[in-house]
Amino acid sequence: MEQSNILKFQEESRGEKQKRLFLLMLGGAFIGFVNGFFGAGGGMLAVPVLCFIAKLPEKLAHATAISVILPLSIVSSVVYIKNGALDLNIFPPVLIGTLIGGILGAALLIKLNNKILASIFYIAMFAAGLRLIF
Amino acid sequence: MDYVLFLLGGFFGGILGGMGMGGGTLLIPILTVFLKVPQHVAQCLNLIVFVPMSLFALFLHFKNRLIETKGLLFLLVPAVVFAVLSSFIAVGSPPEILQKLFGGFLVLLAVFGIANSFLRAKAK
Repeated sequence: MEQSNILKFQEESRGEKQKRLFLLMLGGAFIGFVNGFFGAGGGMLAVPVLCFIAKLPEKLAHATAISVILPLSIVSSVVYIKNGALDLNIFPPVLIGTLIGGILGAALLIKLNNKILASIFYIAMFAAGLRLIF
Repeated sequence: MDYVLFLLGGFFGGILGGMGMGGGTLLIPILTVFLKVPQHVAQCLNLIVFVPMSLFALFLHFKNRLIETKGLLFLLVPAVVFAVLSSFIAVGSPPEILQKLFGGFLVLLAVFGIANSFLRAKAK
């Protein structure tokens, strides 16, 4: 009954549909590559891809992005672990800390101003990025 | 003592991720810069930690019918293939280079993020 958003074709010609599906695959390849190579960032790429190529509304895109990044992260984790990247000494505290922080962060998100948060976040990323390069 | 430091590192990384922006993207520099964790170890941790966090979020979203599944395979299959590929490349790369590349990646994300927010604000 529900029309799929990703494959909504009423307005599109067959050629356009094929082009869009191809772009989707390309976008997927890019998201997967970046998320696997950097161990992060897939979400930040998946949302625009889902919004602009799959034409999903924003809320749907955010939620669906998680379902894309999840299998990617699992698959990449396996490769990393098998190649010795897992440090079992620091894994438990980091895991516990992140879970607690994550829940708190999600709770805070509802209360705090989004724009200020976003600005702080981007400035922090930029600064951290520069620090890592030099 | 160390245990607490890593707990705190995870905590701050988790808060930032939980606030919804960029997931664990800041957890990794927190680990590498402050806690001297090698780049690929930090990346590995971030990938693993994402699984329980996202399962919980996913469950909520699924209940609220916010997840689109049809056509997703066109995105997912290439994504998984290339994720495996790039993961092998990453673990095989020298950590210092990976770290610098990651830094460049953060800068790019920040610039695009700011540009995107700016454009969105203008559109309103």
